[in-house]
Amino acid sequence: MSSAGNAIKIQVRNLDFYYGSVRALKNVTIDCYDRKVTAIIGPSGCGKSTFIRTLNRMNDVIAGTRVEGTILLDGSNINAPDVDVVELRRRVGMVFQKPNPFPKSIYDNIAYGLRINGLRDRRELEETVERSLRGAALWEEVKDRLDENAFALSGGQQQRLCIARSLAVEPEVILFDEPCSAIDPIATAKVEDLIETLKKSYTVIIVTHNMQQAARVSDFTAFMMLGELVEFDVTEKIFTNPANKLTEDYVTGRFG
Amino acid sequence: MKPAARKKIIQAIGFLALRAAMALVLGVLLLFLYDIGKKGGGVISWEFLSQAPRRGMTEGGIFPAIFGTFLVTVITAVLSVPLGMCAAIYLNEYAKQTGLTRLIRLSIRNLSGVPSIVYGLFGVILFVNAMRFGTSVLSAGLTLGLMTLPWTITASEEALKTIPNSYREGALALGATKWQMIRTNVLPYAVPGMLTGTVLGLARAAGETAPILFTGAAFYLPFLPRSLGDQFMALPYHLYIMATQHHAVLQVRPLAYGTALVLIVLVLGMNMTAVIIRYRLRRKQR
Repeated sequence: MSSAGNAIKIQVRNLDFYYGSVRALKNVTIDCYDRKVTAIIGPSGCGKSTFIRTLNRMNDVIAGTRVEGTILLDGSNINAPDVDVVELRRRVGMVFQKPNPFPKSIYDNIAYGLRINGLRDRRELEETVERSLRGAALWEEVKDRLDENAFALSGGQQQRLCIARSLAVEPEVILFDEPCSAIDPIATAKVEDLIETLKKSYTVIIVTHNMQQAARVSDFTAFMMLGELVEFDVTEKIFTNPANKLTEDYVTGRFG
Repeated sequence: MKPAARKKIIQAIGFLALRAAMALVLGVLLLFLYDIGKKGGGVISWEFLSQAPRRGMTEGGIFPAIFGTFLVTVITAVLSVPLGMCAAIYLNEYAKQTGLTRLIRLSIRNLSGVPSIVYGLFGVILFVNAMRFGTSVLSAGLTLGLMTLPWTITASEEALKTIPNSYREGALALGATKWQMIRTNVLPYAVPGMLTGTVLGLARAAGETAPILFTGAAFYLPFLPRSLGDQFMALPYHLYIMATQHHAVLQVRPLAYGTALVLIVLVLGMNMTAVIIRYRLRRKQR
């Protein structure tokens, strides 16, 4: 497999994940390369979302869950006891399936992550808000109404707002958990363009149900089924010449 | 009959039954308010509201009772509001969902169904005797506080439950600590609901007689309570006396109705306040 000359940002080795006694991830091993887009595809319930949520330890909030195996971010284990999970989540941002703006103004949504990290300087806040909104290709649409409630935005705009919000805290990795499943095709195209731009500066990992989307936006693709990683390779290879029969059946639409 | 027509008739009957039930409830309430308003409205005057009772409570006003009810409600709020909200935050945000938490929650629900006289007697044992607060406005307020606590906790927990989990996850994903998440992205949106439930609980407490009967309320006092250790007069207890215990019950009947009217207006006023708080804070968020 070609690493395309990039450094490995996240190294997942023999990852097992349990909800109580249910083993949702089985021995998953994946490398996510720095400033590349890695797509995770697979049928519903295959563990895609569970997997991506292990990368910023969002599963910690679910009672009775357990992680085994190692996840290295820049070479250090994110599940080590001395890791500050708050700092981890600042470095590894996340955009959720359903746009989840907070019921605050557009400005306050973007500034939220900065304020909880103690930033009070008005000028700096304003600059970061603008930079983040520009980064999420939303600035032009909202620059004159930053004081409006974020709920007033359309679904697609809300999702880009959520992207801007995660950009504001300057993460290194951004996790997208089916970011387009709740928004319309035009908004989807905008988010996809955005991901294309984001990978210049960030490592992007995206869970998607949409295989065309994976083919369009990603450099690497992982195909998962029933909690196991079936195949992981450069995207082109997965979609044109997969090594595994299951992968071929899935990407050609024979099941799933 | 055609099935479609049949369905329409059934629906019409259903709606009619619902409307009738509502009209009945509302009608009884309005009749009740009208009767008390008519019989008690006559005695309401500035003097009635601002003076103490005179001549064996056959003349004068009810100011000490209004003041006492106000004071005891404040003590009730000071105990039950912070404690209730904190307990709800703990139960909903921090506690693991184990058998123990379920048991705690079940106990709280059951406590809200305990008769108020039981709280009254419990208050005598705990606050008046064991803690040596004596029969005082403090003991009575704490007893009422205990009584409203289950209501405050339950209402606050319900309010917290209405906050979507996506607010919590969204905040955590941006690097908020759990407490930051609760303080900045859960509580601001839950507080209107918490306050509403709490004020309704306080309004109920303000109208209670049994819990204050043995813990601090006095039949008649020539002066206002000067410390938390003093006894006090309260509207519901004053009403009870004027209506049934007074030596000249018939003579003071108008005063009893006036007292009832003041108490009802007070309680309704508190309930209205709760509704207004909720409405205004909700509108601000949208």
